[in-house]
Amino acid sequence: MARSSLTLGPSLAERARRPSALVARNFFVQVRAVPYVWASGLLEPILYLLSIGIGIGHLVGKVPGPGGALVPYAAFVAPGLLATSAMNGAIYECTTNIFAKLHWAKLYDAVVATPLGPTDIAVAEVGFATFRCFLYAGVFLATMAALGDVRSWWAIMCLPAATLVGAAFASAGFAASCFMRSWTDFDKVQMVAMPLFLFSATFYPLSELPRWLQLVVEALPLYPGVALCRQFSLGHPSASAFGYIIYLSVLALLAGEVSRRRVTKLLTP
Amino acid sequence: MSTGTRVSARGLRKSFGDFTAVDGIDFEVRAGEVFGFLGPNGAGKSSTMRMVGATSERTGGELSVLGLDPSHDGATIRSRLGVVPQEDNLDLELSVSDNLFVYGRYFGIPRRELRARIVDLLHFARLSERATEKVDNLSGGMKRRLTIARGLVNEPELILLDEPTTGLDPQARHLLWDRLYSLKQSGVTLVLTTHYMDEAEQLCDRLVVMDKGHIIAAGSPRELVDRYATKEVVELRFPAGEARRALEEVDGLARRVEALADRVFLYTDDGDETAEEVAHSGLRPTSTLVRRASLEDVFMTLTGRQLDD
Repeated sequence: MARSSLTLGPSLAERARRPSALVARNFFVQVRAVPYVWASGLLEPILYLLSIGIGIGHLVGKVPGPGGALVPYAAFVAPGLLATSAMNGAIYECTTNIFAKLHWAKLYDAVVATPLGPTDIAVAEVGFATFRCFLYAGVFLATMAALGDVRSWWAIMCLPAATLVGAAFASAGFAASCFMRSWTDFDKVQMVAMPLFLFSATFYPLSELPRWLQLVVEALPLYPGVALCRQFSLGHPSASAFGYIIYLSVLALLAGEVSRRRVTKLLTP
Repeated sequence: MSTGTRVSARGLRKSFGDFTAVDGIDFEVRAGEVFGFLGPNGAGKSSTMRMVGATSERTGGELSVLGLDPSHDGATIRSRLGVVPQEDNLDLELSVSDNLFVYGRYFGIPRRELRARIVDLLHFARLSERATEKVDNLSGGMKRRLTIARGLVNEPELILLDEPTTGLDPQARHLLWDRLYSLKQSGVTLVLTTHYMDEAEQLCDRLVVMDKGHIIAAGSPRELVDRYATKEVVELRFPAGEARRALEEVDGLARRVEALADRVFLYTDDGDETAEEVAHSGLRPTSTLVRRASLEDVFMTLTGRQLDD
């Protein structure tokens, strides 16, 4: 048997094939067994959009958007909710699920006995969660457009932006799950996610806050996602977008590297 | 390495921090044989298996699996191995046949090929009627058989089984032994760990006895019994704590004597004669049993302890 790969390492095709086999497993399980998980993941942010955008929007009126011009509250809050739903989707997929497969179902112990290694597992799970965020973001964006909350063709860029938010939080969630010791540790995840949702300039412009608090909010990991989506959906992209993209990319890569190291240690001691 | 060798280890070591699980062992597994690691819990069997299975990096020594070094060619080695872990880790979210399908896809086996293999594997595991059932509904023995079938999905050259029958009832064990025996007949090389001496005697062509990270004896089951035990053993049972006292009384009645808290073992070539002498000595054990020597006695001789302490 000719195995040139012995000296050269696995081919690129093989490197891509391995994680995709685990991604396929996740689709297989989720599409067949739990379609309602997908439905609820889609529905929840849209309910937020309707309730907060339309309901509260009527009371609030107009607020200043990224360019300084006044925009209807619903159009202001919608991109914030889009970024949040990407974060929540990633955290939902990449925390308790990962912990269960790691420690309870021992799924990964079976997987590392095949050609797949710990790195393939991390890539597959983060990739799968990110793809899910991408799908959710697409439906969410279409709903925004239907409700008239989209102001420009730039809005299409919300899709990669929300996907990047998903990738960053999926990596972070995976990394965190590798350090968790029991189910109660997951309360801590909610303790982080909930304030991020409420305080990342999701519901009001950053300018409402005193300067020192603005600096704090800008450092929060959800803020760049919210700001990015808002710039795009309201049609006011600025140079700061590059900064946000770098912030989220660095977060995704750092957390990805922590995930890779930690899961290697756990699965192949 | 000769072509007939599937695994060879020299000075193989594994430590976790200060703790040394495997402390410099040498062994060789030949093509087509059933090779066993016998030893109590914590002897280093599972750590050795994980190193051979290329899922745990060795700390020191040399190791070659299917002619390759697990440190460099782990994925290639794993693609040619079948692994049956100690704890069933079937995919609980999938049905019986989907477990085989999804696992086969991890190896990159084409779908059409896989479907054909699954029919055969379910038949081999006697699970054809359960193909669409959830894994959770299976009995312990069925789960084990499915785990073994899963380990065969890539048509491995070498199969690693870690404690294959631990926790199964006698009937399920015998069915499993039968399946493993038929695998052996088909020419596959099997490496297994066990702390059951009857399992080692039933299945293994050759085995090593491990204790505290070391190999303390090696050979075929028969060779080991011949070398480290006698033909027969007289087992005397006493109320707990009294066996050690009785040890002095029987000293000299057999080639060698050993005592646990509640039992004395007399190693002899003629069990009936020795039992008679014990009766004449005035000793009053609660029961006397004459039996053939087994691997358990080999372990006892080597360590002074029982296997499944």
